[in-house]
Amino acid sequence: MDSSRQLIQYILSGLYNGAIYALIGFGFAIIHNATGIINFAQGEFVMLGGMLTIFFLAVLNLPLLPSIILAILFSTVAGVAFERLAIRPLKNAKPLIMVIITIGASILIRGIVMVVGGKNTHAVPAFSGNDPLYIAGATIMPQHLWIFAITILIIIANRIFFNFSITGKAMRACAYNSQAASLVGIDVKTMVLISFVISSAIGSMAGIIIAPLTMTSYDVGIMLGLKGFCAVIIGGMSSGLGTVMGGLILGLLESLGAGYISASYKDAIAFIMLLLILFIRPEGLFSKKETERV
Amino acid sequence: MTKKMFWAVFSLLIAGLMAGSAFAAEAIKIGALLSVSGPASFLGEPERNTAVMMVDEINKAGGVKGRKLDLVVYDTQGDATKAVQAANKLIKDDKVVAIIGDSTTGNTMAVIPVVEKAEIPLISCAAGFKITDPVKKWVFKTAQNDALAVQRIFDHMKKQKISKVAIITVSDGFGASGREQLVLHAKKFDIQIISDETYAPKDTDMTAQLTKIRGSEAQAIVCWGTNPGPAIVARNVKQLGITIPLYMSHGVSSKRFIELAGDASEGIILPSGRVIVAAQLPKTDPQRKSLLNYVENYRKRFKVEGDHFGGHAWDAVMLLKGAIERGADSPATIRDQLEKTEKFAGIGGIFNYSPQDHAGLTSEAFVLVQIKQKNWTLVK
Repeated sequence: MDSSRQLIQYILSGLYNGAIYALIGFGFAIIHNATGIINFAQGEFVMLGGMLTIFFLAVLNLPLLPSIILAILFSTVAGVAFERLAIRPLKNAKPLIMVIITIGASILIRGIVMVVGGKNTHAVPAFSGNDPLYIAGATIMPQHLWIFAITILIIIANRIFFNFSITGKAMRACAYNSQAASLVGIDVKTMVLISFVISSAIGSMAGIIIAPLTMTSYDVGIMLGLKGFCAVIIGGMSSGLGTVMGGLILGLLESLGAGYISASYKDAIAFIMLLLILFIRPEGLFSKKETERV
Repeated sequence: MTKKMFWAVFSLLIAGLMAGSAFAAEAIKIGALLSVSGPASFLGEPERNTAVMMVDEINKAGGVKGRKLDLVVYDTQGDATKAVQAANKLIKDDKVVAIIGDSTTGNTMAVIPVVEKAEIPLISCAAGFKITDPVKKWVFKTAQNDALAVQRIFDHMKKQKISKVAIITVSDGFGASGREQLVLHAKKFDIQIISDETYAPKDTDMTAQLTKIRGSEAQAIVCWGTNPGPAIVARNVKQLGITIPLYMSHGVSSKRFIELAGDASEGIILPSGRVIVAAQLPKTDPQRKSLLNYVENYRKRFKVEGDHFGGHAWDAVMLLKGAIERGADSPATIRDQLEKTEKFAGIGGIFNYSPQDHAGLTSEAFVLVQIKQKNWTLVK
């Protein structure tokens, strides 16, 4: 019937889902760029954002904004604790060991939340109401606009931070060559800590803005983390536009695939994309090929 | 007497007394496999609470025929593998004579081969048609058939002159079974299913499927699944500005669904057991008294309302009680007595089992309810 209307709806759905994947992907990219490891616990910070907001809202009866701010704060503290206890003591461990540790940490965080908070799904109130908005025949919720707005803000903030501030440039230096960076006086350990702070803050924020739409429970982190990981692999491990494009492409392909091929294969599409990229162009679609000078 | 002899006689006396008392009140061991935690916890938790509450009540009143009931509950977490492991444990270690559960269709189907081999009767709290069709000698169920729910929905649709319907079902055991029944019964009610969409249990966005449905000529949507999926479907329906009537399955007949769907729950119609509208039933309804009783007692003990799902466990426990009262106490005799149950007014409906029918209910077991202002109202 209204095939152009349908197409616009799919595209909009794809974009707002993609924005979330991009936000989660930032978390992966920032930590990877500062430390060289993939933090598979990133998805759990997303989950913590949503779950902690519920806790502050429902159990302590705080209004929405303070709950959100406290949730981000506590998630960041969790991120710092994770870095201090699990990452820092293993200064020169092999990447594979670090990956396994992050997977272990993700299981731990998930388990703690499950035991303390229960396995139920919880609904979070939307930031500005539940009435749909009409755009060119397709509908989105006000919450989706929040997602777009916050994603754009974070992209801009990232750009400014990494390109125009000393700390940001120092973190990039650590990513290029941590030995050389420490030789010129950059405190690599602090840079690593800051990367975890930023990643957990962004991750939890992503979790909070999507919670009103998808509802939150102790295990939303698994799938979201994996999709964010796909986004960052597709886009290349950059903390800028590459990841954003990766996330948007993933979201669009999922939405269009679900709409035109079959909804049952939605998750499969994400992982097939991941495999294709890893086989054909492992550095991502938007990164230059890495070469090492011998 | 020497000290040794004294102690020997003393311990013999104690042993004798203990054996004597054990003999007099040997408890009947029943097992329960329920998905208390995990994705089906909205089923398993009220079921476990109800089973425990009923067994305690029975034991306080002196047990069944003087024997107490010993209930062993294992949490299967909605996982078929855990369900099978727990079933084996109940049969081999705990040596139960009957098993209640599981809460989900998928888990029940997984456990059936185990109980059939061990020849222990199973009373399932799950709704899947396949559980008792074809009839299996050792398997009974208390939850209403999804076929009956489908018939209720289609019946209402026919009265509203709805002939073109879109269905969106979850891709797990419950959803697949519901979808099968929807497709099977559509023709009988002159209804055409013009759109057949599915979603995965953990999906967080169903706008793609609903956009397709919105673009079709459907006059109503039927969503078949268990929380949280249908809540997301309800929200997406509202988001997409879809105004055609939305029907759900009895899988969401708990307050939890209204909590999760929020304002999007307004106007949704679904079939349910009578328990959630107990107070609105006419005084002549044979189930009214036990329903109100159950709701009250559950609320007193657990501080929340007894619901449709807990009722399945109530029925299972009371059916077992009935079978034991009629003289059964071994797995085979319990099975035989269960099969002879007639006109038992339970929470889910009025049960009549027979060798050909181990589901025991008719479509009268369901009433149609509509959600109005976050509350259930009976649809006449």
